[in-house]
Amino acid sequence: MMPSSGISGHAAHAATSGPARLKTSVIDRFSEPIAAYLFVLPGAALLTILFILPVIAIFVIATTNWTFGSANLSFVGMRNFREVFADSVFRISFLNTIVYVLIVVPGTIGLGLLIALLIEARQSLRGFYRAIHFLPFMATLAATAVAWEMLLHPTMGLVNQAFSALGLPTANWLRDEKTVLPVLAFIGIWQNLGFAMVLFLAGLKAIPIDLYQAADIDGADGWFDRLSAVTLPMLAPVSMFVVVVVAIRAFEVFDTIAILTQGGPGRASEVLLYTLYRESFEYLRTGYGAAVTVVFLGIIVTLTLAQVGVMEKRVHYA
Amino acid sequence: MRIGHPFHPSAIGRHAALLITGALTLSPFIWMISLSAKSRDEMFDPGFFLLPKQWHAWENYSEALTAAPLLRFLLNGTIVCSSILALQLLICVPMAYALAKLRFRGRNALFGAVLFGLLLPHQVLALPIFILCHKLNILNTYAALILPFIVSPFGIFLFRQFFRTIPDDILHAARLDGLSEFSIVWRIGVPMSVPAMVAFSIFSVVAHWNDLFWPSIVIKTTQLMPPSLGVAAFRGIESGNDYGPLMAGTVIVVLPLLVAFGLAQRWFIEGLTSAALK
Repeated sequence: MMPSSGISGHAAHAATSGPARLKTSVIDRFSEPIAAYLFVLPGAALLTILFILPVIAIFVIATTNWTFGSANLSFVGMRNFREVFADSVFRISFLNTIVYVLIVVPGTIGLGLLIALLIEARQSLRGFYRAIHFLPFMATLAATAVAWEMLLHPTMGLVNQAFSALGLPTANWLRDEKTVLPVLAFIGIWQNLGFAMVLFLAGLKAIPIDLYQAADIDGADGWFDRLSAVTLPMLAPVSMFVVVVVAIRAFEVFDTIAILTQGGPGRASEVLLYTLYRESFEYLRTGYGAAVTVVFLGIIVTLTLAQVGVMEKRVHYA
Repeated sequence: MRIGHPFHPSAIGRHAALLITGALTLSPFIWMISLSAKSRDEMFDPGFFLLPKQWHAWENYSEALTAAPLLRFLLNGTIVCSSILALQLLICVPMAYALAKLRFRGRNALFGAVLFGLLLPHQVLALPIFILCHKLNILNTYAALILPFIVSPFGIFLFRQFFRTIPDDILHAARLDGLSEFSIVWRIGVPMSVPAMVAFSIFSVVAHWNDLFWPSIVIKTTQLMPPSLGVAAFRGIESGNDYGPLMAGTVIVVLPLLVAFGLAQRWFIEGLTSAALK
């Protein structure tokens, strides 16, 4: 990098004393790299300090027994990872996260698709319906989680009041080991629903009208025929993409756990990101926390690469 | 075929279904506002009434505002989010322009680094950046909330895509008119990519206004808390039985973004989903 910018700097300097016509063309050719390096320098430096070096650091820290604030540090190889996988808390946390994702992803996709289809079916009030279903996605989850806590309150909560009025069983939803994870997953679906809906709406808009006309000529003119012959097959690539994006968001669940349950009761709602947070920043078991972080990174990167793969496929379809 | 009549059964069915799902979706917001106007006794009365029999809103809201520095939380959020956004634009826009339109050695490697950055969720970087903030002695300051986010791989990527669509002829003409590359970025590039700028700005502000993970790692002083962490701390104090002020507090924290959303709905939806379509 250095030699090329040095040479062009010299040339640009020489050019300023040349004739006007030459000046513009020479500057055009040689000042470009100087400007480019000036433009990218702050960003490139910060990208290195805030992204590249920290990722390397996390792998290095994961192989040490460091606890934050301690002066002693020695390399322990893969011991943290063996400890992570042998740790019952981590196993519970990992399994809880998987269960959470397995509820949130199909729930969000199913409801998001249903609402998108209903909205797209006719013209009237489209914008209104889209807006109210999108609201939870952009509202501050830390605050809406507290509202959910009130809805789920064992005595005064609307949920138990409605359930007992309908003769359904009531519960102390967030304090019961059996209900806490499904209820948190329900809040997760509520929050991500509008996001999936908007992505499906974009997918629906992209389906060419002539496909419906062709299906009509072929005799597929009922609502269900159109849905199964045209809409759903054409949405398949978008759906794959929405699955991955929602799965990533579900793996990153943190706010509702941190505010409502702190992983409890017992370990019933302990999830990966909350374990990572506690080990790294509350217990200050830095080396161990870094190992959990590496596992978490592995999951997210795998999903993101899957997303890129799906996107490429979608390009081929189009 | 589709029947356009507004009173056709399928039209009514659609409205009925969407009004039910819509009401369920809005129920936490409605419950929040309803409780924020009720007295403690009335909350525990059996039976469900949306409106309070006796309005207690003034007491709840004024108690919320004295029990926790809620307006300070909003001010902190405003300072932090606007600083992050300003610095992100200042750093990412020129870099994206260089990646899109200028030839220089190392361009592909640098773009590769941006794509690599896009892969990484910020929670993964939290531990090393926490240590960095500790070394810089900025833990528990605004700087700790702002500095880790001032370069955004997503912003660079998005702006680069937009800048690439600007015809080279326009840039050549601008250079012939004597504009420096610096002026070209800010006086031609930016005005020609307004949709990307707006989408990114909304994405950035909403993401950082709502973030709870990073603030709960670096901020311990109540006076410095952004809205999300502030409301979490307020819930901790008010976890007794006095839910009225707590609900009033959550309404105050949620309101600014909801009002902004009401004013610029389409931009919000575009901005927040653009991140998924990277």
